[in-house]
Amino acid sequence: MTVHETRSDSGLILPEYLPDEGSHPPLDSPGYRSSALRHPKQPLQYLPQNLTEVTGPLLGQDRCGEQDHDLTAQHDGEPLGERIIVSGKVLDSAGKPIPNTLVEIWQANSSGRYLHQGDRHPAPLDPNFSGTGRCMTDAEGNYRFITIKPGAYPWRNHDNAWRPAHIHFSLFGQAFTQRLITQMYFPGDPLFYQDPIFNSVRDEKARERMISRFDLDSTVPEWALSFKWDIVLRGPQATVFEDEEEEDDD
Amino acid sequence: MGVPATTPSQTVGPFYALPDGILWDDGPELVPADRDGAFVLHGVLRDGNGDPVPDGVIEIWQADEQGRFDHPDDPRPDSSGWQGFGRCPTDTEGRFWFRTVKPGALPTPGGETEAPHIDVTVLARGMLNRVVTRVYFPGEAANDADPVLAAVPAERRDTLLGVTDEQGLRFDVRLQGDGETVFFAV
Ligand SMILES: [Fe+3]
Repeated sequence: MTVHETRSDSGLILPEYLPDEGSHPPLDSPGYRSSALRHPKQPLQYLPQNLTEVTGPLLGQDRCGEQDHDLTAQHDGEPLGERIIVSGKVLDSAGKPIPNTLVEIWQANSSGRYLHQGDRHPAPLDPNFSGTGRCMTDAEGNYRFITIKPGAYPWRNHDNAWRPAHIHFSLFGQAFTQRLITQMYFPGDPLFYQDPIFNSVRDEKARERMISRFDLDSTVPEWALSFKWDIVLRGPQATVFEDEEEEDDD
Repeated sequence: MGVPATTPSQTVGPFYALPDGILWDDGPELVPADRDGAFVLHGVLRDGNGDPVPDGVIEIWQADEQGRFDHPDDPRPDSSGWQGFGRCPTDTEGRFWFRTVKPGALPTPGGETEAPHIDVTVLARGMLNRVVTRVYFPGEAANDADPVLAAVPAERRDTLLGVTDEQGLRFDVRLQGDGETVFFAV
């Protein structure tokens, strides 16, 4: 409270996003070989949360086509694989839903192959699957994609290395501080134990927050299984001003 | 009431560049070429060996020429329609570029002034989380009073300064090693 009173002297009052380093993997994770030459060795410098950091791109509906959320409807035919619905809420660590924010995803097809020239996995491409989607969250922070379950795929990190099935997610939230790139995993995957990317997140509870939940209630009978996954971005510290706003809303 | 803990970061991986995916055609272009003051910001992303990183993504976020954002948390009169965001993948030689304008200086809640700067996010295969840095403009008088620059050890401050060249403004990013770029905890 003191901080905010001091701040108001300059006439500029900004939200302050809570730190969340404890959730994230260290940039230096020796098990993930490619991190060796790609992590800074000098200590990170302090950056106050000023205007550039508390604002961020509010990319809108114009970035999303009508079928962008449905990865099974982007071609003439249907992709092969297990049709699934992936949905959930984007919220902040204060528990507040983030409405109208862009969610982008990309993934391998059902045989574990990306439509990418760098992907050398000898598994078939699917002419009816590109593997990218985007949507906006609604007024309550909900997002929803229709896709197919991605396959696991091998990579060269260590001997006989396989990535567990995952969908890549990109989130903007409403502030530069909230930007997040992550991966959604599927429950009970037998490959978790040997995956250095999944296990780069040191805290077991935090790792579990990357795993979606099978949800029978939201499956569409005789059509698609459903996985639920909420994504939590950093939230602002509660302030006197926000409490007042909430009272006004009631 | 319990509050939810945040979702961990994971690497962008090597395959983000799928057709019609996160890389848009207009990604690097914040402004059209004919906008007053438009210039090219460009650079090379390098790893700890000094080798180019060919599978990185650079994102920038900045104010407009008057130092304004089109955003509800900027309490000053807004700058409607200013997007301020750019995204560019690195090419096979680690190069990236943006077309933008020089942002205005910014007031801080503490009553100081931040010199014109561009916030930068670096993502790549091999990086489990993004790293964040800032581009400042060379020869800018306001740099001397910038509170963020002032807090950086003097011998490393140069890594945050663009270099004027024939193409525009060059800003190389070194993830590790000799001349390692200053990165910030946001
Ligand atoms: Fe992947």
